[in-house]
Amino acid sequence: MNDDNSHWLTRPTTIRKLWWGFSIVLALTVAAQFFVYVKGYFGPDGWFGFGAVFGFLSCLAMVLVAKGLGFFLKRDEGYYAAGDDDV
Amino acid sequence: MFEVLPPALIMVMGAILIGLARGHWRSLVVLGTPLVTLWAIWQIPDGVVATVTFLDYPIEPIEGSPLRRLFATIFALMAFGGGLYAFRQAKWYELSAALVYAAGAIGVSFAGDLITLFLYWELMALFSTVVVWCGGTPAARAAGIRYAIMHLLGGVILKVGIEGVVIHTGSIDVQPMLATNFDTWMILIGILINAAAPPVSAWLSDSYPESSPTGSVFLSAFTTKTAVLALILLFPGEPVLIGIGLFMVMYGIIYALLENDARRILAYSIVNQVGFMVCAIGIGTEMALNGAAAHAFAHILYKALLFMSAGAVIYRTGFSKCTDLGGLFRTMPLTAICGIVGALAISGFPLTSGFTTKTMISQAAADENLVFVYFMLAAASAGVFLHAGIKFPWFVFFQKDSGLRPKDAPWNMAAAMVLLSILCLLLGVFPDLLYAYLPYPVDYVPYTAGKVLLYLQLLLFSGLAFFLLLPLMKRTLTISLDTDWLWRVLLSRIARAVYATVASLGTAAQTRLGVGLDSLRTRAEAHFGAKLTRAGVFARAWSIGTTALWIAVLLTAYVLVYVL
Repeated sequence: MNDDNSHWLTRPTTIRKLWWGFSIVLALTVAAQFFVYVKGYFGPDGWFGFGAVFGFLSCLAMVLVAKGLGFFLKRDEGYYAAGDDDV
Repeated sequence: MFEVLPPALIMVMGAILIGLARGHWRSLVVLGTPLVTLWAIWQIPDGVVATVTFLDYPIEPIEGSPLRRLFATIFALMAFGGGLYAFRQAKWYELSAALVYAAGAIGVSFAGDLITLFLYWELMALFSTVVVWCGGTPAARAAGIRYAIMHLLGGVILKVGIEGVVIHTGSIDVQPMLATNFDTWMILIGILINAAAPPVSAWLSDSYPESSPTGSVFLSAFTTKTAVLALILLFPGEPVLIGIGLFMVMYGIIYALLENDARRILAYSIVNQVGFMVCAIGIGTEMALNGAAAHAFAHILYKALLFMSAGAVIYRTGFSKCTDLGGLFRTMPLTAICGIVGALAISGFPLTSGFTTKTMISQAAADENLVFVYFMLAAASAGVFLHAGIKFPWFVFFQKDSGLRPKDAPWNMAAAMVLLSILCLLLGVFPDLLYAYLPYPVDYVPYTAGKVLLYLQLLLFSGLAFFLLLPLMKRTLTISLDTDWLWRVLLSRIARAVYATVASLGTAAQTRLGVGLDSLRTRAEAHFGAKLTRAGVFARAWSIGTTALWIAVLLTAYVLVYVL
C-alpha cells in the first residue's frame, strides 16, 4: 500500500475494463427482455426497453433541470454568513 | 395505573441514568436502554392499555397496534444502532438527549390520544434541538435556533388544530380524519412541517448537516418518520398528500444534485424518501399504507447507515464537502462498502430493503390506476440512484484522489455500520421478515422476473446517465437557496430596514425635541434666571425697602377688604 496513487482501481486500463463490463451488463438487462416478460400496467411500461430509456431520459431531464435551477439558486458558501453581521 | 411499563418512560429513565453513570456503566446504559425498551414495546398488546382522566379528557398514553409496534420497534432499534455507533465518540449529553428524543418518538408511536401525542411531539422537538446544538460550532448553534423556531411553530399549529378538533368534535382520540376544515388542516400542516414537506423542507437540510457526526445518525431517524406514522394514523387516504409527496420526491432529487456537502446530499434525500411515504399515505389503500410503513422501516435503517458512513468520514477527516473528499476507498474500505450497501438500498436495488418496500408503493399506484403518480415514482426511483445511490459514494469514496489517507472507522462505528448493512440486505433477501409485521395482510410478491428486470434497467441506465453527465455535475463550492431564504435573508433585511427607519425617525425626533427643549430653557431662564450674570424677572434680588412697601400695600388692602 506504499504506492497508493496507482491503486489498481484507478488505473486507466481498469477503468476501461469497467466501462466495457458495465456496457455489457447494460446490454444484457435490455436483451433479457426477449426472455422475460415485463408486465406493463399502463401500456408504455411494458414496451421493450422501457425501463432503460425511461430511466436514462428521466435522469437526463433531472440533471438538466437541476443545472438550470442552479443558475438561479446557487450561491457562494459564505452567502448566509455574510449577512449575519451580528453573529 | 399501568399494567405495562411505558416504553418511552424506560427510555427517559435510561437517558437520566447516562448522566449519573460513569465509564463502562454509562456504555452499558447507552446500549442496554434501547434493548430493554424494545422488550417493553413487544409486551404491549393491541388496543388501549391504560386510561387516565385529565381535565375530564380520557388520556390514553399507550395504545398498541401492529403499526404502532412496528414504528416503535424501528425507533428503539435505531436508538441501539445509533448508541453503538456513538457511545465512544459522542459527548454524554448528546447520547442522553438522543435517548429522550427517541423516547419522544416511541411515545408518539403509542399515543392513543391527541394530547399525549402532542406532549411527546414537543419532547422530540426540544431534545432534537439539543442534539443539533451538540454539533458544537457557531453554525450548529444558529442552525439549532432556526430548527427550534420551526418546530415550535409547527407545534403551535398542531396544537391549534388539536384544540379545534377537541372542541368541535369532543373527541381526543387518534383516529383517521380528512383535511376538511380549519382544525384538521392545522393538524395536517403541523405534522407536515415535521415531515419536511414544502414549503418548509429547508429546515432539514439546514440543521442536520450541522450536527455532530454521530448526532446526524439520530436526527435522520426519528422526526420525519414520526410524522409519517402520525400521517398514517390520522390522514390515510388524504388526497392532497399525493401531490405533496410527489413534490418532495422531486425536490429532494434536484437539490441533492446541486449540493456539495455530503451530509446535506443525504439530508435532501431524506425529503425525497419521505416524499415516497407521504405519497403512499395519500393513495391510502392497504397496499399503499403497508408500503409507507415498510418503506419507513427500511428507510430508517439505510439512511442511518448512510449517515453513519458519512459520519465516519467526517470523524476521521474533518471534511464533509465533496470538493474536499474523494479516493477514500483506499484506506476506509469498510466504511466505503457499508456506504455502498446503504446507497444500493436507498436506490431500491434488488436484494436490498429498498426494493422490497419501495416497489410496494409503486404497485399501490398501479393498482389504483394513478398513471401520473406511477410514472413519476418510476422516474424518481431512477433519480434516487442518481443523487444518492451513486453520487454520494462516488464523490466521497472515489472520484479524484483527495490525498487523504484516514484510518477506517473506529470499531464501534464499524460494528454499527455492519449491523445495519446486514439488516438492509436481510430485509431485501427475506422480505417476509418485515411483511409479517405490517399493519395489513400482505398480498404482494416483490421478486418477479419482470419487476426485477424493469428496476435493473431503470437503475443501471440511471447509472449510465450519471457517468455520461458527470461533467455537468462538477462539484462547486456553493449552497442552494431555498424557501428559508425568505426568513434568513428577506425577513432579516426587512427587519434591518424597519430598524434603520425607526432609528432615523428617532434621531429626527430627538433633534426636534432638543430644539424645543432648548427654546423652553431659554425662556425659563429669561423668566426665572439661571445664571448670576443676568437674573430673570422672578429671580432678581429686590431691596428690603421695596419688599416692606409691598407688604404695607397688601396689608392696607386686606384691612380695607375686611372693614368693607
